[in-house]
Amino acid sequence: MTSLQPNLSSTRQNKQAHSTRISLPWVITIGYLSLILLLPLAALITRSLTIGPVEFWQIATTPLARSTYEITFVTALAAGLINGIMGTLVAWILVRYQFPGRRIFDGVIDIPFAVPTSVAGLVLATIYNDSGWIGQLFAPFGIRIAFTRLGVFVAMLFISLPFIVRTVQPVLLELEPEIEQAAWSLGASEAQTFWRVILPPLIPAILTGMALGLSRAVGEYGSVVIVASSIPFRDLIAPVLVFQKLEQYDYDGATVIGTVLLLVSLILLLLINLLQQWSRRYAD
Amino acid sequence: MSITVSQVSKKFGNFQALDNINLDVKPGTLVALLGPSGSGKSTLLRTVAGLETPDQGKIKINGRDTTNLDIRKRNIGFVFQHYALFKHLTVRRNISFGLDIRKKSPQAIKQRVNELLELIQLQGFGDRYPSQLSGGQRQRVALARALAVQPEVLLLDEPFGALDAKVRQELRDWLRRLHDEVHLTSIFVTHDREEAMAVADKIVVMNQGRIEQIGTPAEVYDNPANPFVMSFVGEVNILDHTSPLFKRTNRANSASRLFVRPHDLEIFETPQKHHVAAKVQRIVHLGWEIQLELALGDRSVVSAHLNREEFSRLELELGQQVYLEPRQVKYFEQDQLNYHASSTSNQQIAV
Repeated sequence: MTSLQPNLSSTRQNKQAHSTRISLPWVITIGYLSLILLLPLAALITRSLTIGPVEFWQIATTPLARSTYEITFVTALAAGLINGIMGTLVAWILVRYQFPGRRIFDGVIDIPFAVPTSVAGLVLATIYNDSGWIGQLFAPFGIRIAFTRLGVFVAMLFISLPFIVRTVQPVLLELEPEIEQAAWSLGASEAQTFWRVILPPLIPAILTGMALGLSRAVGEYGSVVIVASSIPFRDLIAPVLVFQKLEQYDYDGATVIGTVLLLVSLILLLLINLLQQWSRRYAD
Repeated sequence: MSITVSQVSKKFGNFQALDNINLDVKPGTLVALLGPSGSGKSTLLRTVAGLETPDQGKIKINGRDTTNLDIRKRNIGFVFQHYALFKHLTVRRNISFGLDIRKKSPQAIKQRVNELLELIQLQGFGDRYPSQLSGGQRQRVALARALAVQPEVLLLDEPFGALDAKVRQELRDWLRRLHDEVHLTSIFVTHDREEAMAVADKIVVMNQGRIEQIGTPAEVYDNPANPFVMSFVGEVNILDHTSPLFKRTNRANSASRLFVRPHDLEIFETPQKHHVAAKVQRIVHLGWEIQLELALGDRSVVSAHLNREEFSRLELELGQQVYLEPRQVKYFEQDQLNYHASSTSNQQIAV
């Protein structure tokens, strides 16, 4: 995925565009990227090309497949959007406020990065089931979280949060306090200052974080497979479907669904990249 | 519009940033707050702006008590050292920001922005983003943005501090001309004495949270109230009673110091009565000005500045013996050297 650090990569490309000589580091880099990223992807696509377009389309668009796409992408998108707001808020609090335990709180953000996804799934299933700490608060209202689509949503929220916080935080840190003071001196209220002056420079970072969180959520398997019941048409997500098909030795099916996931992810990333470019049009 | 600061004090923890400041800025004047870093000049400016609240004292803008008034309601224009432009907005939208907030009509905004773009000589740059401008251009945009809302006073915090020397000089001359046209009461902060003298009507010399002297550039330079001002507004040789230059005045005592500016040391090739002998130890050519380091009999070193004509007339060389005669000196007593003293006991005498 090429969009991880759009800011850095674009400026470096500009500066080093003149050195096109093929050097050893260049060969190593390209070789490594090919081995690790490009070849596996190419293999997946090549394998799917052997299937033939008609059959491919049939496998890719079965009602079950379509329901898993919908569950995966809509839920991941919802989690990304919610975390776009909540992650920005968390980053804001961590940067702008001093409070006891701030450093611990700051460290806790990274837990979803560090914890094995199966452990995350176990933890979430424990607290969100009908008798768990949080699940029991919702159970009386007939709201079940674990082992439903809500469980998938919660797992995706969990794993995508740090992406937004960690991309917004440095940008917030760099935002000069003078910018706000200038807005005040021109008569802007706190709210006007936030919406007109603080938020716009954060938007590229928020979008980047959301893109990263979204692609992570779409690919999430380990925790979802535990916290959801993986019942078709209810909370079965596409990555789990790929695994189920493999278990049934349906390699063609797994390849097709995998290819669709890959393509949609690439399109999403491309869209977000374009959006970012547009919102960074004023940058240095 | 006048600005009155009375008995303002401000502490940051144990650090006394402002210590009983009294200052009157008359309508239409351009005042420089000059001082070293940590002297409280920026704090004073930010207190007038409302970005800091004084612990004690009052601030009045145009007779209105603004001590506890929110910065948004003070009707001030503020210009920051690092421009603080809104990077995501075009030049035009930056300038119109305050007008947009005030919900002025689009035509009125457009007209005002066009006027200001003309004023800052950036017509045709309205649709650029700040990142596409040079430092000097950015600071002019920041100034236009501050002026757009027609503030009662303009406050500038080291406005040229981030610019290189040439642009700095251009911009400060431009600011002076602008002020002569607009006559907006303005205070600007600087640590650069030349900048203060070149631009300001009045200079307020600050040190350690206090005002050391208020005066026109000439007053501050020619009649410094105390040793600090004398040293800060220009180069100076400070000599104690053991120096041959001081001994000859028969006023030398261990409690006083003789202050003489390098350009006030006259140099002769042949000795006359009272002249002090010195040896040329170093010659520095700075174009029109030549700076000399001269070793006196007691091995102390003084600095003398002369212009090129004087220098070539004297045909000075390294190691040459010369004779010194101060044109003008100032005496300060020891107690004043602590920078606390009143300005009453200094005298200026012709030697």
